[in-house]
Amino acid sequence: MARLTEVRWHGRGGQGAKTAALLLAEAASEAGLFVQGFPEYGPERMGAPVLAYNRLSDEPITLHSHVARPSVIVVLDQTLIRSGEVVAGLTEGGAVVVNTPDSPSRMRERLGLSDRGGVRVAVVDASRIAVETIGRAIPNTPMMGAVVRVTGLMELTRFLEVVRGLLEEKFAGRPRLIEGNARAVERAYREVRVD
Amino acid sequence: MTVREGAGWKEIPRGGLILEPGNAVAYETGDWRTFRPVWHEDRCIQCLLCWVYCPDAAIEVKDGKVTGVDYRYCKGCGICATECPDKAHALEMIREEEAGADG
Amino acid sequence: MGEDVRPGTAEAAGRDDRARRRRTALTGNEAVALAMRQVEPDVVAAYPITPQTDIVQFFASFVADGRVKTEFVTVESEHSAMSAVVGASAAGARAMTATSANGLALMWEVLYIASGSRLPIVMPVVNRALSAPINIHCDHSDAMGARDSGWVQLWSEDAQEAYDNVIQAVRIAEDPRVLLPVMVCYDGFIISHALLNLEVLTDDEVKEFVGTYRPDRSLLDPDRPVTVGPLDLYDFYFEHKRQQAEAMAAAREVIPEVAAAYAALTGRSYGMMEAYRLADAEAAVVVLGSAAGTARFVVDRLRREGRKAGLLKLRVFRPFPASEMAEALGGLRAVAVMDRCDGFSAAGGPVFNEVRSALYGLDGVRPDAAGRPQGRAPNGPPLVVNVVYGLGGRDVDPEDIEAVFDLLFRRIEGEEPRGEDGAGVLSRSLRPSPNTEVHYLGVRE
Repeated sequence: MARLTEVRWHGRGGQGAKTAALLLAEAASEAGLFVQGFPEYGPERMGAPVLAYNRLSDEPITLHSHVARPSVIVVLDQTLIRSGEVVAGLTEGGAVVVNTPDSPSRMRERLGLSDRGGVRVAVVDASRIAVETIGRAIPNTPMMGAVVRVTGLMELTRFLEVVRGLLEEKFAGRPRLIEGNARAVERAYREVRVD
Repeated sequence: MTVREGAGWKEIPRGGLILEPGNAVAYETGDWRTFRPVWHEDRCIQCLLCWVYCPDAAIEVKDGKVTGVDYRYCKGCGICATECPDKAHALEMIREEEAGADG
Repeated sequence: MGEDVRPGTAEAAGRDDRARRRRTALTGNEAVALAMRQVEPDVVAAYPITPQTDIVQFFASFVADGRVKTEFVTVESEHSAMSAVVGASAAGARAMTATSANGLALMWEVLYIASGSRLPIVMPVVNRALSAPINIHCDHSDAMGARDSGWVQLWSEDAQEAYDNVIQAVRIAEDPRVLLPVMVCYDGFIISHALLNLEVLTDDEVKEFVGTYRPDRSLLDPDRPVTVGPLDLYDFYFEHKRQQAEAMAAAREVIPEVAAAYAALTGRSYGMMEAYRLADAEAAVVVLGSAAGTARFVVDRLRREGRKAGLLKLRVFRPFPASEMAEALGGLRAVAVMDRCDGFSAAGGPVFNEVRSALYGLDGVRPDAAGRPQGRAPNGPPLVVNVVYGLGGRDVDPEDIEAVFDLLFRRIEGEEPRGEDGAGVLSRSLRPSPNTEVHYLGVRE
């Protein structure tokens, strides 16, 4: 991985963008990386567009500003694409990971990235995976799996191991949630398609 | 530890702590009276209501009986005279300057 | 104060060492709540307010789950929270609370009672802008307003420092030479709600470091009764304030001592301030809080370009390390003091005014017998400008701080302030006096 990976998560209040950013940071930290995970707090209401960020690096991170030029952009809700700004600041060589049933090429068009060949577009139907594994359309955990795959942040087995450990802490005594979320992560990791 | 008057900052307890228990008696607060209660032993029925109601501790009592008023602390509020039963009227408020020099 | 030493990374720590130190990732508030759990004070009384809320929530669960024996007092306001810890501390308990912004403002009168009564209370302050207009995000106007309340103030760059400062604060506050309350400040949301790496100590290590609090005097000591908080008029009040001044001066000695003991335990060293690449710098920013980390990033970048940039991060604002400040900055040519608070003095923010005052009268201002300038500032004291930034959570990124350095280098090259330096993110400067320059970083004209 690059020395510093900066991630911006786009979601809507209630979809778990913040939780995903924090969980990804925790998992990456467990795996030995230096991390940051933080939300941008705006109006806190269900359905409002929300942002969250990650910085992941193999060196200590001292930056404490917002991420202006992410190399990875994660879109939890494809209706946000209409607002246009989701790919703002995306660095050359970066990637966009979108929760959508669309094909990668169709999504590239929708994102307005047709003339940016240096940028990868990845898609995964995380909402469907979430419904089938967790029983609710909360796309945040499967999207973590997709991000790990697209960034090559770490090996799937290692990632699943640390995520399972964290889920066991968070959902102690609710084995179905732990299992469902772990399966969602794995499925998204395997099902993500990159153009 | 008694704090000496005029002590410097290195000598006194920190933060205004008072380390000497019960030293409030050393601070005589009875010098701001306009009126003072005068106790008439001959009229007193020893009901002790004045002692009960005095907001300070200015009614002197010995062996369960009122013996006078402690003017070192009495602020002249007149509560004792008000509470003294009408039939006794053993405490009478007079102007401070009528009191003479005996204190 | 070590040149180029970054607390938290403990240069070249071996892998075993790192494992022993238990690197983890926590939000700032989680880290502080953990430190409080490990200290396990006798009493915590606190009222929730954004962005401090998590601390109260986490600590209340520690109490409910039986993980600490702390008496947790739920109160109806911050005024009551501070009053309750004042009572607890006077009674001989190790007492803590935590707050932010308007909560701190509501504590105001009791802050002075805590310090004036010399009660070693420790309080994390999660910095947030004061109303009005209402805003929940970070700036330093809350704690800066309380700078003269007699509390020691430790400022933290990140979760690691907030954690470390809470633990050190207990020993600083309770040192018999000090006996003053301590605020541990860190940036709301930017640090409080960000998941960040830090190394944590074991519960036993923390307990051993803070020791058992044995007050020499307390209300619950019937063998040696005391009166706390009596009327104190012109006969003794002034002497008690003089004592307080002395205690704050003593904290200047105690804070480095505690830091040295903490460094022996953790390998992380803290001083009154941190000088980063200052020794040969021509221009530097002075900053406290999370923006110091961003400034460090910028200094590294400028250094790679061959520009002599440096950073002075202030950790202790009260007591103010004036002589160390003069020592560290005296040889520079231009300094920008960054204030995340406008003191509304119309003559610059609070950190600016104190830093510049510390530089006044440096050796070298007056020439020697031969007419040559002398001493630490052979070219005279540096030019000092003020940069107010980040109010109400306005983001400050590397480009913003680079603009500040650009301004400093332009001044060094002889460019005079023209009043329209705001071409980029720096606004047109206020010129409250001929030698004072105040910029607003990132404000829209």
